[in-house]
Amino acid sequence: MTDLITYNQIFCEVFSVQENDLNDDFSLETVEKWDSVLQLSLVSSIEDTYDVMFEPEEIMDFTSYKRGKEILLKFGIEIA
Amino acid sequence: MRLLNKVALITGANKGIGLSIVELFLQEGGIVYAGIRDIEKSTYTLRKLLEIYPSSLRIVSLDVTKAGPCKEVFQTIKKEQGKIDILVNNAGIVTYELVPFIQFEKFEEMFQTNVVGLMRMCQLASRFMTKQSSGSIINISSIVSVKGVAGQASYAATKGAVNAFTLSLSKELAAHKVRVNAIAPGMVSTERLVSVADQKFKDQINKIGFGRMATPKEIAQLSVFLGSDESCFITGQIVGIDGSQSL
Repeated sequence: MTDLITYNQIFCEVFSVQENDLNDDFSLETVEKWDSVLQLSLVSSIEDTYDVMFEPEEIMDFTSYKRGKEILLKFGIEIA
Repeated sequence: MRLLNKVALITGANKGIGLSIVELFLQEGGIVYAGIRDIEKSTYTLRKLLEIYPSSLRIVSLDVTKAGPCKEVFQTIKKEQGKIDILVNNAGIVTYELVPFIQFEKFEEMFQTNVVGLMRMCQLASRFMTKQSSGSIINISSIVSVKGVAGQASYAATKGAVNAFTLSLSKELAAHKVRVNAIAPGMVSTERLVSVADQKFKDQINKIGFGRMATPKEIAQLSVFLGSDESCFITGQIVGIDGSQSL
């Protein structure tokens, strides 16, 4: 189990939002400023924080707050 | 020392140009990861370099056509050194045949190594280098990619792709202060080429303005320059090194 606060902080910093803006619907579809540059920045911060290295497919697939948790779970990292 | 404490990964490092680059990078103070396909088949010279530079040379198993091992090498470097400053993409396959003799199975194998493998290595390196906001990627291309030559159309096509990728990647990474350049050598007096030069390439050697082939060390010297801070404002260039060779 890993701290949810850290995961949220990364999203807040990358997207300049408040923690209460974050939920499972926070995604490429619903967040206007979510573009490929911010997605790379998000992935980069997540990789550094959790010491993982994603496959290109996982980087592409990291398109929502919820999906990010699912991808990290594949590395044995549970965000809760 | 022009590469003091710079961490470099060099592919195709077992012999020829790659091996010369390893040697010169070590002499210039670099920390070198020499990627070779089969560690069991490391050359005498590479093993000798390991004896001379035990703390700054590491020989790693690396087949650029295999995604998993490529990623592992970068993770190892990150773990051991915390950074990667230079990537030299030297691994490559070369063939000689007229267009009617191109065997597409062999061409696809060459494309996988010369282009797809190189792109994979650049992709991995760029992920580290953009985070660092520094780095130099050097792709070994060929003079045939810009001048063309009869009898090497398929090889030239792969190197043309390398050039196009180099130019575009340099634009993507410029904002992150990561440099991407290619070296386009003419004929180089590697053991492989020297052994067949008299029979196959006498006419070509006569077309070199300087009257001789380049030495692997001369290609390595250019690699040192492009890897060092001396070239800190040079990016997106295909640098020819051919002694005024016409094809």
